[in-house]
Amino acid sequence: MAAAVSIQGVHKHFGALHALNDITFDVPQGSFFGLLGPNGAGKSTLINIMAGLSRADAGSISIMGHDVVRDFRMARHSLGVVPQELVYDPFFTVREILKLQSGYFGHGAENKAWLDELVETLSLSDKIDTNLHDLSGGMKRRVLIAQALVHKPDVVVLDEPTAGVDVELRQALWRFTKRLHDDGSTIILTTHYLEEAEALCEKIAILNRGEVVALDSKQGLLSRCPYRTLHLTVDKKTDKLKELLPEYLQLLLVETHKNEISFRLHKTEHQIGDVLEALKNAGLIVVDLYTEEAGLEEVFLGLTEFVSKETAEVAG
Amino acid sequence: MKAGSRAYGFYALFAKEVVRFLKVTVQTVLTPVVTALLYLLVFGQALEAHVEVYEGVSYSAFLIPGLMMMSIIQNSFANSSSSLIQSKMMGNLVFVLLSPISSLEFYAAFTLAAVVRGVLVAMAVYFVAILFIDLPLAHPWAIVTFAILGSAILGALGLVAGIWAEKFDQLSAFQNFFILPLSFLSGVFYSIESLPAAWQTASLFNPFFYLIDGFRYGFFGVADADVGISIMVSLGFLLLISIVALVMLHKGYKIRG
Ligand SMILES: Nc1ncnc2c1ncn2[C@@H]1O[C@H](COP(=O)(O)OP(=O)(O)OP(=O)(O)O)[C@@H](O)[C@H]1O
Ligand SMILES: [Mg+2]
Repeated sequence: MAAAVSIQGVHKHFGALHALNDITFDVPQGSFFGLLGPNGAGKSTLINIMAGLSRADAGSISIMGHDVVRDFRMARHSLGVVPQELVYDPFFTVREILKLQSGYFGHGAENKAWLDELVETLSLSDKIDTNLHDLSGGMKRRVLIAQALVHKPDVVVLDEPTAGVDVELRQALWRFTKRLHDDGSTIILTTHYLEEAEALCEKIAILNRGEVVALDSKQGLLSRCPYRTLHLTVDKKTDKLKELLPEYLQLLLVETHKNEISFRLHKTEHQIGDVLEALKNAGLIVVDLYTEEAGLEEVFLGLTEFVSKETAEVAG
Repeated sequence: MKAGSRAYGFYALFAKEVVRFLKVTVQTVLTPVVTALLYLLVFGQALEAHVEVYEGVSYSAFLIPGLMMMSIIQNSFANSSSSLIQSKMMGNLVFVLLSPISSLEFYAAFTLAAVVRGVLVAMAVYFVAILFIDLPLAHPWAIVTFAILGSAILGALGLVAGIWAEKFDQLSAFQNFFILPLSFLSGVFYSIESLPAAWQTASLFNPFFYLIDGFRYGFFGVADADVGISIMVSLGFLLLISIVALVMLHKGYKIRG
């Protein structure tokens, strides 16, 4: 079975900037794939090349086995892209624009039921005859999503669909993408909300400065950070809490605040029991505690900051 | 879903380009018709008594085909060029670029829509003008041929300019320093026979001259150049511009970064 998206040695330059440097990875069919990375990492550039909106300087990409340049028709039939920018055509209403977009993909009246369903699921029914110019940002975002799906693509790419979107719409979009995924589509999502990626994505690629710095399952990535945070509340309220602790605990300390303390503990090397014991010996009684597992955010920052420092050293 | 019909994809883009200008008919059809009729009124009135270009043809009658072709030239160019630059600047050209529409279909849709606009404006000028002025129809086939050739050439040229231009300024520069002078110097208001010899020769290098001359032949049965040559030159020009447009589209010049 061909990969949903297969990226082979892709390079892209913008003048002196090496925006994509030898990107190679596959997105398996049916996966929910996260494409993460800081601003300017090259995510949108890579998506543009997938979509044929931009051309790679070297390397190739195929969608469902169809090369995006040589076999552009089939590749584009297989791909639906929700662009990052809120672009729209102010000449048309929602109904007109969906009919047009479906037409560009060669579909006529036979596609009406699907368009109606999209309008319904994306809660656009009220605005169906409204000119795009007069829609709110969130509504325009929904129309962009509907436009990307008019031809029932196998692979759906959403470039930061939840940026600047309210809580309700964000949750609606999550439900909607999950449903698309359950119905068999491959989803590629870029987002700066790492909880979102953590909740939705099974597999994740992290880009930084045009390079893939991680490509792993979500579990694999999370296990790269073997630390957890222990938050404690003790019975003494004092600004001098830190001085009361034994030296080895001071090294693990993240912060203290009045009677609250948090420690960063290695999952295997540090035992919570030892910490509690040491606190007791220091005359502190623990009244409450909870632990926090490392999230994607921590892994992400570790990976992208590390690489940035390294590149900075090489450069400077 | 299985891939849709290719012909329908082309048709959808063509229809969109037509609907786009029909949504603002005042600006895209009415205004140019009024402009052409104003020229007719002013120049016709002023020169009627003094100029007879072809024997037995009043100056106003002589003027009508020239003004019709001028409307075709300006409006066909404006249709594809302004649609493209707007889509580029608004960013909504991506919706077409994301679709499986090929370079050839893209070219054909924009050019044909420009033909529709050019021919529509020219017909409107014609039907208003003949209410007041008698106009013969010597060779209707030539009228149709040159109307289509002219609007297709300018539609394709508008496509090239629209792809090339990054700002409206550049587009209006193209219009004001290239399209407008060439159309005025091509014999809209006069026959090149009345020009000094040097200007006559210069006109022979102006492709718009052949469009207007051949078009006028369709009405009066007389022309400055041989109508066969006018057709050949116009076809050659259309071919040239179309190749330029297709190569630009195929390479994704300025639109597929
Ligand atoms: N058309 C272009 N011309 C010049 N530079 C560009 C162009 N498009 C992108 N870049 C540069 O390439 C780099 C990658 O940009 P890209 O938009 O792919 O980042 P991104 O990962 O999508 O970032 P964000 O999270 O901010 O959307 C950036 O440094 C950007 O400035
Ligand atoms: Mg981006």
